[in-house]
Amino acid sequence: MLDIKNLHVKLEEEDKQILKGVNLSVESGKVHAIMGPNGSGKSTLSYVLSGRDGYEVTEGEAHLNDTDLLDSEPEERAAAGLFLAFQYPVEIPGVGNMTFLRTALNAQRKARGEEEISAGDFLKLVRGKAKSLKIDADMLKRPVNVGFSGGEKKRNEILQMAILEPKMCILDETDSGLDVDAMRLVAEGVNALRDEGRSFLVITHYQRLLDHIKPDVVHIMADGRIIETGGPELALEVEKNGYADLLAKHGISEVMA
Amino acid sequence: MSAVEKMTNAETRLARVSLPDGFGPQRRAALDRLNAMGLPGRRDEYWRWTNPTDFIAPDPVPAAPFSDDEPEIFGEIDRLKIVFRDGVFDAEASDDLSMSGVEILRLADAPDVSWASSLYGTLEANGQDPVKRPFAALNTASATDGVLIRVTGVAEKPVSLIYTHESETSDPILHHLVKLEEGAEITVLENGPAGARFNKLMEVDVAKGAKFHHIRVQGRDHERRAVTSIFTRVAEEGLFKSFTLTSNGVLTRNECVIDIVGDDANAHVAGAALGDGKTGKFHHDDTVFITHGAERGESRQVFKKVLKNGAEGIFQGKILVKPGAQKTDGYQISQSLLLDENSQFLAKPELEIYADDVQCSHGSTTGAIDETALFYLRSRGVPEEEATALLVLSFVADAIEEIEEERFRDAILTRLEGWLARHRG
Ligand SMILES: Nc1ncnc2c1ncn2[C@@H]1O[C@H](COP(=O)(O)OP(=O)(O)OP(=O)(O)O)[C@@H](O)[C@H]1O
Ligand SMILES: [Mg+2]
Repeated sequence: MLDIKNLHVKLEEEDKQILKGVNLSVESGKVHAIMGPNGSGKSTLSYVLSGRDGYEVTEGEAHLNDTDLLDSEPEERAAAGLFLAFQYPVEIPGVGNMTFLRTALNAQRKARGEEEISAGDFLKLVRGKAKSLKIDADMLKRPVNVGFSGGEKKRNEILQMAILEPKMCILDETDSGLDVDAMRLVAEGVNALRDEGRSFLVITHYQRLLDHIKPDVVHIMADGRIIETGGPELALEVEKNGYADLLAKHGISEVMA
Repeated sequence: MSAVEKMTNAETRLARVSLPDGFGPQRRAALDRLNAMGLPGRRDEYWRWTNPTDFIAPDPVPAAPFSDDEPEIFGEIDRLKIVFRDGVFDAEASDDLSMSGVEILRLADAPDVSWASSLYGTLEANGQDPVKRPFAALNTASATDGVLIRVTGVAEKPVSLIYTHESETSDPILHHLVKLEEGAEITVLENGPAGARFNKLMEVDVAKGAKFHHIRVQGRDHERRAVTSIFTRVAEEGLFKSFTLTSNGVLTRNECVIDIVGDDANAHVAGAALGDGKTGKFHHDDTVFITHGAERGESRQVFKKVLKNGAEGIFQGKILVKPGAQKTDGYQISQSLLLDENSQFLAKPELEIYADDVQCSHGSTTGAIDETALFYLRSRGVPEEEATALLVLSFVADAIEEIEEERFRDAILTRLEGWLARHRG
């Protein structure tokens, strides 16, 4: 599904290397988790994969199935099935949430040569998904993320994911800022989408989320690289002992992590 | 050389002013006002950012009439149509000028009715202080046509003024009166280029508890030039609401002079201007002056401009709160969205307040498309141009919200979407 090879990324504006050779493969139907200290490059990886400006890839490649991600526009990556649930969802004053969702869904359908969804079917689709995420009608009417609480914004990301039905879902700290119940709702939303043909890359700091969304593989990222890969037990180990031992083992000082 | 030439132009223009039949004393008084103040020069404070040369010139710069396949904006609306062809009333193309609760006369017929005689030129004359408005005085003196509308009840449908343009050198001067009696209500729609150069003035007298709605669309003609003025007086509990969409045109100056004279009155004036310098020069100027002379008045000015390829946008808006106009609530916002680095927006917001218990605010911003929002949309699969269009629409939304009726908002939105589709990239 997702193949990242030796990915090196620096900032466009300044001479700062952030990703220093990331290798990562996510197979179809699997859930991979990435954990790692603050500033290790997790969000940068997710932004680079989805095509945000401001980064320069100096080496390496990234493919989503047959699509060369690094050579595609953000909208082409989305149409190919990539979805990023943002760590900090963006507010768009003046654009209604429903308009936003419908525009996005129809744009992706169009890119895939499918017909636009009818207004009636769309309404039904959104209402159903919103209900299971406990997103009320009022939130759907408001401008995108404007005045939403932190938790509401995160749930809105999952709603978008549920409606767009991407193949490769990257969740960047979707659990942070969620109360216990919201976390369960979000996890249920994700689990409902788990499928043979769909993969997840879940970025998180906490084992809590992984209790609900059971990962197949856990990676530890530090200093712009994946330094350790293992099963669910790796997350439990980090939860218990922190990153110090792992960092020391790979010769990374805590300050530069 | 240009100083000499300009003087000559202005002198020629003034010398050529002739006074058509009807409203003789009012026209002569306006001509006296005009001769006393003269035509504006670049040094005039309110003409620093908009070059008046083309408005002053004895003859208009020729403008090729423009045709496209876009349906007429208010075509679907049930309305009373009044058509002016190059500034001349076209009875054949117009509907029968009768509607219950509304009296409609034609200026060119020089009707001798007292309500019109006492209104014609009156609000314009009042609005000449403290800022001079020479093209308005010129209009009152020499307007050749227009409609005189008196509303005594709630009009059953909108009056729709349609200005078509056929002659390359037409130079129409239209003057309309709208007098709303106590409790009356009407919507006036305007659209079309009208001529190569258009000078249009509307005097709107809103009596106690009356409501005036105005939705105007300027556009369709890339080459036309227009200087327009609205003068309104709003009495107790009256409502004045005006919205303008401008999408084409080389040069547009829209002035709106609002005098709130009765307590608890409301006045809203809003505009959205979309300018693409690629289809020719685009210069758009909104100049507003709102005087609060009574208590608990509420006024709103909401102006949005979207500019690209060297388009220029100007906003000059003033709120004057007179002594004793307590509890005034005045709001003003002017914003521009520059789609490239060649375009320019200049704003001059002014507040002058002589009462102590008032709430007035103004703000002006200039910005580019929000890159983060653009990326967010694209990451959801929305192509860049479509995402940009969506953000532009969201930018002008506040101004469109000022239109009360949904069917007019929808008509404006359709027009906006059409413009955005034609001006991508
Ligand atoms: N646009 C930018 N300008 C300056 N520094 C940046 C920029 N983007 C990322 N960085 C830096 O790159 C490093 C990696 O940041 P990133 O956001 O990817 O970390 P992260 O692993 O997601 O951290 P967290 O767990 O705190 O979310 C940090 O040191 C950050 O300050
Ligand atoms: Mg992060």
